[in-house]
Amino acid sequence: MWMSELPPFVPFFIAALLALAARGWLRAGLMLATPVLGGLHLWFGVPEGTLLSVPLLEFELILMRADRLSLLFGYLFHLAAFIAMVFALHVRDTTQTVASLLYAGSALGAVFAGDLITLFIFWELLAITSVFLIWARKTERAIRSGQRYLIIQVTSGVLLLAGALVHYHRSGSLAFDYIGLEGVSGALIFIAFGIKCAFPFLHNWLTDAYPEATPTGTVFLSAFTTKVAVYSLARGFPGTDLLVYIGAAMTCFPIFYAVIENDLRRVLAYSMINQIGFMVCGVGIGTALALNGAVSHAFNDVIFKGLLFMSMGAVLYRTGEINGSHLGGLYKTMPKTAMLCIVGASSISAFPLFSGFVSKSMVMTAMIEEGYDYLWLMLLFASAGVFHHAGIKIPYFAFFAHDSGIRTQEAPRNMLVAMSIAAMLCIFIGSQPQYLYGLLPWEVDYWPYDTTHVLAQLQLLFFSALAFVWLNKAGLYPPELPSVNIDAEWLYRRLLPTGLRAADKGLRPAWDGFIAALSNQFRAVMAFLFRYHGPGGTLARTWPTGSMVLWVTVLLAVFVVAYYV
Amino acid sequence: MLGTLSNDLPALQVVVPLMSAPLCLVLARWPRLVWILCVAASWTSLAISMELLDQVLSYGPISYAMGGWAAPWGIEYRVDSVNAYVILIVTGIASVVLPFAGASVAGEIREDKVAMFYTLLMLCLTGLLGMTITGDAFNVFVFLEISSLSMYGLISMGRDRRALTSAFQYLVMGTIGGTFILVGIGFLYVITGTLNMADIAQRLPEATQLRTLHTAFAFLVVGIGLKLAMFPLHLWLPNAYAYAPSTATALIAATATKVAVYALLRFVFTVIGPVTAYEDLPFGEIAMALATLGLLTGSFVAIFQENVKRILAYSSVAQIGYILLGIGLATALGLQAGILHLFNHALMKGALFMAVGCFFYRVGSVRLDDLRGIGRKMPWTFAAFVIAGLSLIGVPLTVGFISKWYLLQATLQQGYWPLALLILGGSLLAVVYIWRVVEAAWFGSPSVRANDAKEAPLGLLIPTWTLVLANLYFGIHTELTVGVADLAARTLLEAIR
Repeated sequence: MWMSELPPFVPFFIAALLALAARGWLRAGLMLATPVLGGLHLWFGVPEGTLLSVPLLEFELILMRADRLSLLFGYLFHLAAFIAMVFALHVRDTTQTVASLLYAGSALGAVFAGDLITLFIFWELLAITSVFLIWARKTERAIRSGQRYLIIQVTSGVLLLAGALVHYHRSGSLAFDYIGLEGVSGALIFIAFGIKCAFPFLHNWLTDAYPEATPTGTVFLSAFTTKVAVYSLARGFPGTDLLVYIGAAMTCFPIFYAVIENDLRRVLAYSMINQIGFMVCGVGIGTALALNGAVSHAFNDVIFKGLLFMSMGAVLYRTGEINGSHLGGLYKTMPKTAMLCIVGASSISAFPLFSGFVSKSMVMTAMIEEGYDYLWLMLLFASAGVFHHAGIKIPYFAFFAHDSGIRTQEAPRNMLVAMSIAAMLCIFIGSQPQYLYGLLPWEVDYWPYDTTHVLAQLQLLFFSALAFVWLNKAGLYPPELPSVNIDAEWLYRRLLPTGLRAADKGLRPAWDGFIAALSNQFRAVMAFLFRYHGPGGTLARTWPTGSMVLWVTVLLAVFVVAYYV
Repeated sequence: MLGTLSNDLPALQVVVPLMSAPLCLVLARWPRLVWILCVAASWTSLAISMELLDQVLSYGPISYAMGGWAAPWGIEYRVDSVNAYVILIVTGIASVVLPFAGASVAGEIREDKVAMFYTLLMLCLTGLLGMTITGDAFNVFVFLEISSLSMYGLISMGRDRRALTSAFQYLVMGTIGGTFILVGIGFLYVITGTLNMADIAQRLPEATQLRTLHTAFAFLVVGIGLKLAMFPLHLWLPNAYAYAPSTATALIAATATKVAVYALLRFVFTVIGPVTAYEDLPFGEIAMALATLGLLTGSFVAIFQENVKRILAYSSVAQIGYILLGIGLATALGLQAGILHLFNHALMKGALFMAVGCFFYRVGSVRLDDLRGIGRKMPWTFAAFVIAGLSLIGVPLTVGFISKWYLLQATLQQGYWPLALLILGGSLLAVVYIWRVVEAAWFGSPSVRANDAKEAPLGLLIPTWTLVLANLYFGIHTELTVGVADLAARTLLEAIR
């Protein structure tokens, strides 16, 4: 009844078209049925090794390549799309519905792309469709931030295309397999992936745009773009040593920013970079265990980070407020959301029996096995940091801490359902990891629940919690400065913000000067262009016939002289 | 009956539009009938050209002696894969533009001039087809003048009063160009004593008057360069395109420069020979330098224009730069890319100018200020403009991407990295000037004129969308265009041996 060569993006695109016309129950049904039917089709109807290609120019565009890696991400994206659709069921905005369907479809298209051109097409579609989820917030900040987001994402696509072109020129093949860092092509594609993957210094679009999207939009955004990038890295650059160092940096640096950030969804955005860092490390190590760890961590991250974004989305939806300093005490009115948020927080902190634990420990183990001792310590530090800024800070400041006096009501039912599904998955995967392990692309011979592992992790978590409690009791957490102080390291509490501020003060004039010089240069270039190319400029004026004829003569002279010599 | 007719197809290709021209005047009292006649004539031409291409692809070049007079004395029509392909472009565009003309001309031209307009349109088509199909150097000049003279007339019929001065200016420049071509052909005649292209090509290697030959080539290149708007000889083009009636602009922009490029290819490769042109003379270098300049200048000027038709006109100057770049490379791949872009550029510029024609039909102006907010009033026209614009930029799944892809391959094959970057940069500039239109038309608050506009009638939308869909179709199914362009490039390069 089903044909197995149906590319997974097709149902989503068709549903997006239909959603343009559908309203009310019909549209709700469409939103829910698409990921369910698509997912069932993928699960039962698409065997490994399915290949579908269409010819373009002299190439074969491979629209669908199903192997264990792409299938796993395919299942994941259907699952994520379903949860996010449930969460967004109350939204009556056609733009958002259509954009989110197209966006999920593009992510599936990218993951199943078997060649670089197809990948490029979906890569750009990801950017173009997702930006509407940011713009849909309709605030000035959201529109600005969406424009910056779009520019950066499209640039990434252009780099990818340029890289693909050079790659084709060099190797004569467009297949999207191992690419490696050699040559210009490798570097271009690496940077293109790196932008989408939020490598340090290329990450600003993420923390800039995700917190500005609509409450439901951010849930979609958190699921797809970066995970497509992780998938692409796992496909194109496994075992690239550089990635281990980049990944380790990614796990550590966002912690400091997350600590001093007040917007709770931005805190989550930073913690997202931190989690992707673990995956990038795993891809960089490149052993079967590490790659499995990276992929399964991507799987879990979509679910628990989605859960956290959903809980914060629910808070934002109900209170219109997302800054930590303005929230607090919401557990009285939103107890269910608070509980579900804590489940997500436990998962991201990698508590045993929660999903983060079973995948993160794979990456950590692989790291030790391959002898990256110092980097392992960095990751350990990052794990403690995650617990503080995501595991404690998010639920504590939103739902507990000092009572902000906000009295609202529980999140809408569809949101609760979506969050419950995600929470159950977190616990299920955490306690029964064999089912996830069974889906992994490489051979798994690993079990996370041994004594050392569980003990080490619990020690880490409990001592961190102890530190937090003690600092809290000792009054070192002044309640009126809640957003700055949660990270337990008093060094960072005192030193880093002041240090950053001082550095900012010191560097600001130089930076401003640099920017001013740059914009002056830009203005000068534009003025130059306008002088000659503007409507009245030499090159754009309507010339008298005589001058035109003069040019004809000049050119004839040029030719005759050139031919003479 | 059909059998004898099919032998005379090359002649019919020119005769059908030629004969329909005076008929238009005869039927002048019934403008509707004139229109139907012209549509029928253009569709017949398209059918003939398809049949010709088919014959050429299956049986090789066709030589047709006009009036039964054999080649060196009589006029020979010679159809090979190169000009069969160009003829297909011209007739294809004409058979989409003429249905579009029905409503557009009725809206823009005074009723007593309508028949005249169609007459000129058919004569222009005749001239373009004749220039392409003939194998006789002097005949090229004759048909060039037919097409040029009718084009001056067409442009002067624009509603804007500036149409008259731009037509006059084009007349002066075009005549100079024509004269240069004539001088070049004259020199060739002096050297070889024949006017048949194949004959000239045969006798040139024995020629002793090299100086004359080189001068002849210079005159030919400058003359044809003027007609194809090679930088810096493009100055007539923006005004001519901007102030002509919409139908005329769509037809001229999509076909006239293409035919001039074909004439250049014919003279460079078949008559003079690539060895002389590229190795003895620095034709390739000069062409590439001018192409680069044209590409940059055209794009930059387009960015600052306030009139959409002028934006597109300057963009044409830039696009011709791409075509010349491919020709200047003189490799099989470069030539293929250039020839491919002839077809693809015709599709995208035709579609763009027709969409602008739809705007003009409803708004009566194509200034950016007047088009503010029009996208929301005329969504279908706007969508057509956007898709054709994406094609101009070179987004995958459109024809623009195919051309750019081959051109990039051709430059990379020669190791010309800066040129490859330039081509990509040109695309970015195209993004800017297309975005300016989109920004005004979609995001701007509606102007007074746009406020009263409603969607264009189906008579305009259907032809426009036909070309838009062709942009997508040939962006995905490239066997025909790429295959024939490849064959044409090889035919041209083989002519040396």
